[in-house]
Amino acid sequence: MAALGSPLRTLRGLLRELRHAGGRAGRPYREMPAYQYVLAAFRAHRVTSEKLCRAQQELHFQAATYLCLLRSVREHAALHQEYHGKGERSPEEVAGLVGFTLPQQPGGKG
Amino acid sequence: PPERKRFYQNVSISQGEGGFEINLDHRKLKTPQAKLFTVPSKALAIAVATEWDSQKDTIKSYTMHLTTLCNTALDNPTQRNKAQLIRAAVKFLETDTVCYRVEEPAALAELQRNEWDPVVTWAEKRYNVAIGSSTSILGPNIPASTKETFISHLASYNIWALQGIEYVITQLKSLILSMGLIDRHITVEKAVLLSRLEEEYQIQRWGNVEWAHDYDLCELRARAAAGTLFVHLCSESSTVKHKLLQD
Repeated sequence: MAALGSPLRTLRGLLRELRHAGGRAGRPYREMPAYQYVLAAFRAHRVTSEKLCRAQQELHFQAATYLCLLRSVREHAALHQEYHGKGERSPEEVAGLVGFTLPQQPGGKG
Repeated sequence: PPERKRFYQNVSISQGEGGFEINLDHRKLKTPQAKLFTVPSKALAIAVATEWDSQKDTIKSYTMHLTTLCNTALDNPTQRNKAQLIRAAVKFLETDTVCYRVEEPAALAELQRNEWDPVVTWAEKRYNVAIGSSTSILGPNIPASTKETFISHLASYNIWALQGIEYVITQLKSLILSMGLIDRHITVEKAVLLSRLEEEYQIQRWGNVEWAHDYDLCELRARAAAGTLFVHLCSESSTVKHKLLQD
Protein backbone atom coordinates (compact mmCIF):
# COMPACT_ATOMS: atom_id res chain seq x y z
CA MET A 1 0.00 0.00 0.00
CA ALA A 2 1.31 3.43 -0.98
CA ALA A 3 2.73 5.69 1.73
CA LEU A 4 0.02 8.35 1.83
CA GLY A 5 0.45 10.04 5.18
CA SER A 6 -2.40 11.55 7.11
CA PRO A 7 -5.86 11.44 5.45
CA LEU A 8 -6.79 14.69 7.15
CA ARG A 9 -3.77 16.38 5.60
CA THR A 10 -4.73 15.07 2.17
CA LEU A 11 -8.29 16.31 2.61
CA ARG A 12 -7.15 19.77 3.69
CA GLY A 13 -4.70 20.01 0.79
CA LEU A 14 -7.33 18.91 -1.68
CA LEU A 15 -9.93 21.39 -0.43
CA ARG A 16 -7.32 24.14 -0.55
CA GLU A 17 -6.46 23.33 -4.17
CA LEU A 18 -10.14 23.30 -5.11
CA ARG A 19 -10.58 26.70 -3.50
CA HIS A 20 -7.75 28.09 -5.65
CA ALA A 21 -9.01 26.32 -8.76
CA GLY A 22 -12.51 27.82 -8.75
CA GLY A 23 -12.28 30.25 -11.64
CA ARG A 24 -15.31 32.47 -11.37
CA ALA A 25 -15.62 35.14 -8.70
CA GLY A 26 -18.99 35.49 -6.95
CA ARG A 27 -19.67 31.83 -6.35
CA PRO A 28 -18.46 30.65 -2.93
CA TYR A 29 -16.05 27.74 -3.23
CA ARG A 30 -18.18 25.71 -0.85
CA GLU A 31 -20.78 25.42 -3.59
CA MET A 32 -18.36 23.84 -6.07
CA PRO A 33 -19.57 20.36 -6.96
CA ALA A 34 -16.08 18.95 -6.55
CA TYR A 35 -15.71 20.52 -3.10
CA GLN A 36 -19.02 19.08 -1.94
CA TYR A 37 -18.31 15.69 -3.50
CA VAL A 38 -14.93 15.34 -1.76
CA LEU A 39 -16.26 16.41 1.64
CA ALA A 40 -19.26 14.08 1.35
CA ALA A 41 -17.04 11.14 0.33
CA PHE A 42 -14.68 11.66 3.27
CA ARG A 43 -17.56 11.98 5.71
CA ALA A 44 -19.31 8.90 4.36
CA HIS A 45 -16.19 6.78 4.72
CA ARG A 46 -14.91 8.56 7.79
CA VAL A 47 -11.48 8.75 6.21
CA THR A 48 -9.98 10.92 8.89
CA SER A 49 -9.55 8.34 11.61
CA GLU A 50 -6.30 6.48 12.19
CA LYS A 51 -7.20 2.94 11.20
CA LEU A 52 -8.36 2.60 7.61
CA CYS A 53 -10.16 -0.25 5.98
CA ARG A 54 -9.67 -1.10 2.30
CA ALA A 55 -12.45 1.13 0.96
CA GLN A 56 -11.11 4.02 3.01
CA GLN A 57 -7.59 3.41 1.71
CA GLU A 58 -8.90 3.41 -1.86
CA LEU A 59 -10.66 6.70 -1.29
CA HIS A 60 -7.58 8.18 0.35
CA PHE A 61 -5.43 7.12 -2.61
CA GLN A 62 -7.92 8.64 -5.03
CA ALA A 63 -7.97 11.89 -3.05
CA ALA A 64 -4.17 12.02 -2.90
CA THR A 65 -4.01 11.41 -6.66
CA TYR A 66 -6.52 14.17 -7.37
CA LEU A 67 -4.59 16.49 -5.04
CA CYS A 68 -1.42 15.71 -7.00
CA LEU A 69 -3.23 16.46 -10.25
CA LEU A 70 -4.57 19.84 -9.12
CA ARG A 71 -1.33 20.89 -7.50
CA SER A 72 0.85 19.85 -10.46
CA VAL A 73 -1.42 21.56 -13.00
CA ARG A 74 -1.29 24.77 -10.96
CA GLU A 75 2.50 24.61 -10.57
CA HIS A 76 3.01 23.77 -14.24
CA ALA A 77 0.78 26.66 -15.34
CA ALA A 78 2.70 29.03 -13.05
CA LEU A 79 6.03 27.90 -14.50
CA HIS A 80 4.63 28.20 -18.00
CA GLN A 81 3.47 31.74 -17.31
CA GLU A 82 6.79 32.72 -15.80
CA TYR A 83 9.15 31.21 -18.34
CA HIS A 84 7.23 30.45 -21.51
CA GLY A 85 4.28 32.81 -21.42
CA LYS A 86 5.75 35.84 -23.10
CA GLY A 87 5.72 34.56 -26.66
CA GLU A 88 8.33 35.26 -29.26
CA ARG A 89 10.26 38.47 -29.60
CA SER A 90 9.54 40.57 -32.69
CA PRO A 91 12.31 40.96 -35.31
CA GLU A 92 12.84 44.54 -34.03
CA GLU A 93 13.40 43.30 -30.48
CA VAL A 94 15.81 40.61 -31.62
CA ALA A 95 17.85 43.10 -33.60
CA GLY A 96 17.85 45.42 -30.59
CA LEU A 97 19.29 42.66 -28.38
CA VAL A 98 22.60 42.88 -30.23
CA GLY A 99 22.51 46.58 -30.83
CA PHE A 100 21.19 46.68 -34.38
CA THR A 101 18.16 48.36 -35.88
CA LEU A 102 16.35 46.93 -38.85
CA PRO A 103 16.76 48.86 -42.12
CA GLN A 104 13.88 51.01 -43.30
CA GLN A 105 12.47 49.62 -46.54
CA PRO A 106 9.76 51.98 -47.74
CA GLY A 107 9.09 49.89 -50.84
CA GLY A 108 8.64 46.70 -48.86
CA LYS A 109 11.00 43.71 -48.84
CA GLY A 110 13.08 43.20 -51.97
CA PRO B 1 -3.48 30.45 -33.00
CA PRO B 2 -4.47 32.53 -29.98
CA GLU B 3 -6.15 30.75 -27.06
CA ARG B 4 -9.94 30.72 -26.96
CA LYS B 5 -11.45 33.07 -24.42
CA ARG B 6 -13.65 31.63 -21.72
CA PHE B 7 -17.06 32.00 -23.34
CA TYR B 8 -19.26 30.60 -20.58
CA GLN B 9 -20.27 31.72 -17.10
CA ASN B 10 -21.57 28.58 -15.50
CA VAL B 11 -20.39 24.98 -15.67
CA SER B 12 -22.70 22.20 -14.52
CA ILE B 13 -23.20 18.49 -15.05
CA SER B 14 -26.43 16.71 -15.92
CA GLN B 15 -27.41 13.12 -16.45
CA GLY B 16 -28.43 12.19 -19.99
CA GLU B 17 -29.33 8.93 -21.66
CA GLY B 18 -25.74 7.92 -22.35
CA GLY B 19 -24.22 9.08 -19.09
CA PHE B 20 -23.14 12.33 -17.49
CA GLU B 21 -22.84 15.44 -19.63
CA ILE B 22 -21.06 18.76 -19.15
CA ASN B 23 -22.97 22.00 -19.65
CA LEU B 24 -21.18 25.26 -20.42
CA ASP B 25 -24.04 27.70 -19.76
CA HIS B 26 -26.78 26.24 -21.97
CA ARG B 27 -24.39 24.52 -24.40
CA LYS B 28 -23.55 20.83 -24.09
CA LEU B 29 -19.84 20.07 -24.31
CA LYS B 30 -18.84 18.13 -27.42
CA THR B 31 -15.70 16.16 -28.31
CA PRO B 32 -13.24 17.31 -31.02
CA GLN B 33 -15.10 15.00 -33.42
CA ALA B 34 -18.36 16.76 -32.47
CA LYS B 35 -19.79 13.83 -30.52
CA LEU B 36 -21.78 14.56 -27.38
CA PHE B 37 -19.35 14.51 -24.42
CA THR B 38 -20.68 11.78 -22.12
CA VAL B 39 -18.88 10.03 -19.29
CA PRO B 40 -19.92 6.92 -17.34
CA SER B 41 -18.88 8.19 -13.92
CA LYS B 42 -20.38 11.05 -11.92
CA ALA B 43 -17.14 11.70 -10.06
CA LEU B 44 -15.29 11.90 -13.38
CA ALA B 45 -17.90 14.33 -14.73
CA ILE B 46 -17.49 16.53 -11.66
CA ALA B 47 -13.71 16.54 -12.07
CA VAL B 48 -14.03 17.43 -15.78
CA ALA B 49 -16.50 20.20 -14.92
CA THR B 50 -13.97 21.51 -12.40
CA GLU B 51 -11.32 21.69 -15.15
CA TRP B 52 -13.67 23.85 -17.27
CA ASP B 53 -14.67 26.00 -14.30
CA SER B 54 -11.00 26.54 -13.42
CA GLN B 55 -10.27 28.33 -16.67
CA LYS B 56 -9.88 32.04 -16.07
CA ASP B 57 -9.82 34.40 -19.07
CA THR B 58 -8.59 31.98 -21.70
CA ILE B 59 -9.07 28.25 -22.12
CA LYS B 60 -5.78 26.48 -21.59
CA SER B 61 -6.56 23.03 -22.95
CA TYR B 62 -3.08 21.76 -22.11
CA THR B 63 -4.08 21.94 -18.44
CA MET B 64 -7.27 19.90 -18.96
CA HIS B 65 -5.91 16.37 -18.80
CA LEU B 66 -9.09 14.61 -17.71
CA THR B 67 -11.08 16.29 -20.50
CA THR B 68 -8.43 15.16 -22.97
CA LEU B 69 -8.56 11.58 -21.72
CA CYS B 70 -12.36 11.49 -22.01
CA ASN B 71 -12.17 12.91 -25.54
CA THR B 72 -9.70 10.16 -26.48
CA ALA B 73 -11.98 7.49 -25.02
CA LEU B 74 -15.03 8.88 -26.85
CA ASP B 75 -13.44 9.67 -30.23
CA ASN B 76 -10.81 6.91 -30.24
CA PRO B 77 -8.79 8.82 -32.85
CA THR B 78 -6.20 6.05 -33.20
CA GLN B 79 -9.03 3.57 -33.81
CA ARG B 80 -7.71 0.93 -31.45
CA ASN B 81 -9.79 -1.83 -29.92
CA LYS B 82 -9.25 -3.47 -26.53
CA ALA B 83 -6.85 -6.11 -27.84
CA GLN B 84 -4.71 -3.52 -29.61
CA LEU B 85 -4.53 -1.30 -26.54
CA ILE B 86 -3.51 -4.27 -24.39
CA ARG B 87 -0.87 -5.34 -26.90
CA ALA B 88 0.57 -1.79 -27.00
CA ALA B 89 0.64 -1.69 -23.20
CA VAL B 90 2.35 -5.05 -22.71
CA LYS B 91 4.85 -4.35 -25.48
CA PHE B 92 6.29 -1.63 -23.26
CA LEU B 93 7.54 -4.29 -20.91
CA GLU B 94 10.32 -5.06 -23.38
CA THR B 95 11.76 -1.59 -22.86
CA ASP B 96 10.45 -0.93 -19.38
CA THR B 97 12.41 1.88 -17.72
CA VAL B 98 12.88 0.03 -14.44
CA CYS B 99 14.30 -3.03 -16.18
CA TYR B 100 16.79 -1.16 -18.32
CA ARG B 101 19.97 -0.72 -16.29
CA VAL B 102 23.26 1.07 -16.80
CA GLU B 103 26.63 -0.25 -15.76
CA GLU B 104 28.19 3.19 -15.45
CA PRO B 105 28.44 5.48 -13.62
CA ALA B 106 28.57 3.20 -10.60
CA ALA B 107 26.59 5.63 -8.44
CA LEU B 108 23.70 5.65 -10.92
CA ALA B 109 23.81 1.86 -11.30
CA GLU B 110 23.57 1.53 -7.53
CA LEU B 111 20.74 4.07 -7.35
CA GLN B 112 18.83 2.08 -9.99
CA ARG B 113 19.34 -1.14 -8.01
CA ASN B 114 18.21 0.45 -4.75
CA GLU B 115 15.20 2.26 -6.18
CA TRP B 116 14.04 -0.02 -8.99
CA ASP B 117 14.73 -3.56 -7.67
CA PRO B 118 12.00 -3.29 -4.99
CA VAL B 119 9.29 -2.33 -7.49
CA VAL B 120 10.33 -5.06 -9.95
CA THR B 121 10.24 -7.58 -7.08
CA TRP B 122 6.83 -6.29 -6.05
CA ALA B 123 5.48 -6.81 -9.60
CA GLU B 124 6.99 -10.30 -9.81
CA LYS B 125 5.35 -11.32 -6.52
CA ARG B 126 2.05 -9.59 -7.17
CA TYR B 127 1.58 -11.14 -10.61
CA ASN B 128 3.55 -14.33 -10.01
CA VAL B 129 5.81 -13.71 -13.02
CA ALA B 130 9.50 -13.53 -13.88
CA ILE B 131 10.69 -10.13 -15.10
CA GLY B 132 14.25 -9.37 -14.01
CA SER B 133 16.41 -6.55 -15.32
CA SER B 134 19.25 -6.17 -17.80
CA THR B 135 22.26 -4.04 -18.66
CA SER B 136 22.17 -5.30 -22.24
CA ILE B 137 21.34 -2.79 -24.95
CA LEU B 138 18.59 -5.16 -26.05
CA GLY B 139 16.88 -4.85 -22.69
CA PRO B 140 15.45 -7.60 -20.51
CA ASN B 141 14.32 -10.89 -21.93
CA ILE B 142 10.68 -11.12 -20.88
CA PRO B 143 9.28 -14.68 -20.91
CA ALA B 144 6.15 -15.23 -23.03
CA SER B 145 4.31 -16.50 -19.94
CA THR B 146 4.93 -13.15 -18.23
CA LYS B 147 3.44 -11.27 -21.18
CA GLU B 148 0.46 -13.66 -21.22
CA THR B 149 -0.19 -12.99 -17.55
CA PHE B 150 -0.25 -9.23 -18.07
CA ILE B 151 -2.39 -9.54 -21.22
CA SER B 152 -4.83 -11.62 -19.27
CA HIS B 153 -4.85 -9.23 -16.33
CA LEU B 154 -5.37 -6.12 -18.47
CA ALA B 155 -8.28 -7.81 -20.27
CA SER B 156 -10.25 -7.47 -17.05
CA TYR B 157 -10.34 -3.67 -17.53
CA ASN B 158 -12.94 -1.98 -19.72
CA ILE B 159 -11.88 0.00 -22.79
CA TRP B 160 -12.05 3.41 -21.11
CA ALA B 161 -9.79 2.26 -18.28
CA LEU B 162 -7.44 0.70 -20.85
CA GLN B 163 -7.10 4.04 -22.67
CA GLY B 164 -6.04 5.46 -19.32
CA ILE B 165 -3.63 2.63 -18.55
CA GLU B 166 -1.97 2.86 -21.96
CA TYR B 167 -1.68 6.63 -21.50
CA VAL B 168 0.05 6.32 -18.12
CA ILE B 169 2.44 3.69 -19.49
CA THR B 170 3.37 5.97 -22.40
CA GLN B 171 4.01 8.89 -20.05
CA LEU B 172 6.04 6.96 -17.46
CA LYS B 173 7.72 4.74 -20.07
CA SER B 174 7.07 1.79 -17.78
CA LEU B 175 4.39 -0.87 -17.52
CA ILE B 176 5.66 -1.87 -14.07
CA LEU B 177 5.48 1.63 -12.60
CA SER B 178 2.02 2.07 -14.12
CA MET B 179 0.76 -1.16 -12.55
CA GLY B 180 2.30 0.04 -9.30
CA LEU B 181 0.07 3.11 -9.55
CA ILE B 182 -3.05 1.26 -10.69
CA ASP B 183 -2.62 -1.23 -7.84
CA ARG B 184 -2.09 1.65 -5.38
CA HIS B 185 1.31 0.27 -4.40
CA ILE B 186 3.08 3.62 -5.01
CA THR B 187 1.93 7.23 -5.14
CA VAL B 188 2.04 9.37 -8.29
CA GLU B 189 4.93 11.39 -6.86
CA LYS B 190 6.92 8.21 -6.24
CA ALA B 191 6.10 6.72 -9.65
CA VAL B 192 7.23 9.91 -11.40
CA LEU B 193 10.40 10.04 -9.30
CA LEU B 194 11.22 6.46 -10.25
CA SER B 195 10.42 7.16 -13.90
CA ARG B 196 12.77 10.14 -13.88
CA LEU B 197 15.47 8.52 -11.78
CA GLU B 198 18.30 9.27 -14.16
CA GLU B 199 17.18 12.90 -14.55
CA GLU B 200 17.02 13.24 -10.78
CA TYR B 201 20.51 11.78 -10.51
CA GLN B 202 21.84 14.29 -13.06
CA ILE B 203 20.00 17.13 -11.30
CA GLN B 204 21.65 16.16 -8.00
CA ARG B 205 25.04 16.16 -9.68
CA TRP B 206 24.77 19.18 -11.95
CA GLY B 207 22.02 21.33 -10.49
CA ASN B 208 18.38 22.03 -11.14
CA VAL B 209 17.09 24.23 -13.97
CA GLU B 210 13.64 25.37 -12.90
CA TRP B 211 12.30 26.35 -16.29
CA ALA B 212 13.16 22.95 -17.74
CA HIS B 213 13.36 20.38 -14.95
CA ASP B 214 10.53 21.53 -12.71
CA TYR B 215 8.43 22.26 -15.77
CA ASP B 216 8.82 18.68 -17.02
CA LEU B 217 8.37 17.27 -13.52
CA CYS B 218 5.07 19.08 -12.95
CA GLU B 219 3.79 18.11 -16.37
CA LEU B 220 4.61 14.44 -15.90
CA ARG B 221 3.03 14.42 -12.44
CA ALA B 222 -0.12 16.05 -13.82
CA ARG B 223 -0.41 13.55 -16.65
CA ALA B 224 0.33 10.49 -14.51
CA ALA B 225 -2.12 11.68 -11.85
CA ALA B 226 -4.83 12.36 -14.43
CA GLY B 227 -4.35 8.97 -16.08
CA THR B 228 -4.42 7.10 -12.77
CA LEU B 229 -7.50 8.94 -11.52
CA PHE B 230 -9.17 8.31 -14.87
CA VAL B 231 -8.50 4.56 -14.67
CA HIS B 232 -9.82 4.28 -11.12
CA LEU B 233 -12.94 6.35 -11.77
CA CYS B 234 -13.74 4.28 -14.87
CA SER B 235 -13.23 1.03 -12.95
CA GLU B 236 -15.37 1.71 -9.88
CA SER B 237 -18.15 -0.80 -9.33
CA SER B 238 -20.71 2.02 -9.55
CA THR B 239 -19.35 2.82 -13.01
CA VAL B 240 -18.46 -0.54 -14.47
CA LYS B 241 -21.89 -1.70 -15.52
CA HIS B 242 -22.43 1.46 -17.61
CA LYS B 243 -23.44 1.09 -21.27
CA LEU B 244 -20.53 3.26 -22.45
CA LEU B 245 -18.07 0.74 -21.06
CA GLN B 246 -19.48 -2.36 -22.70
CA ASP B 247 -17.32 -3.61 -25.57
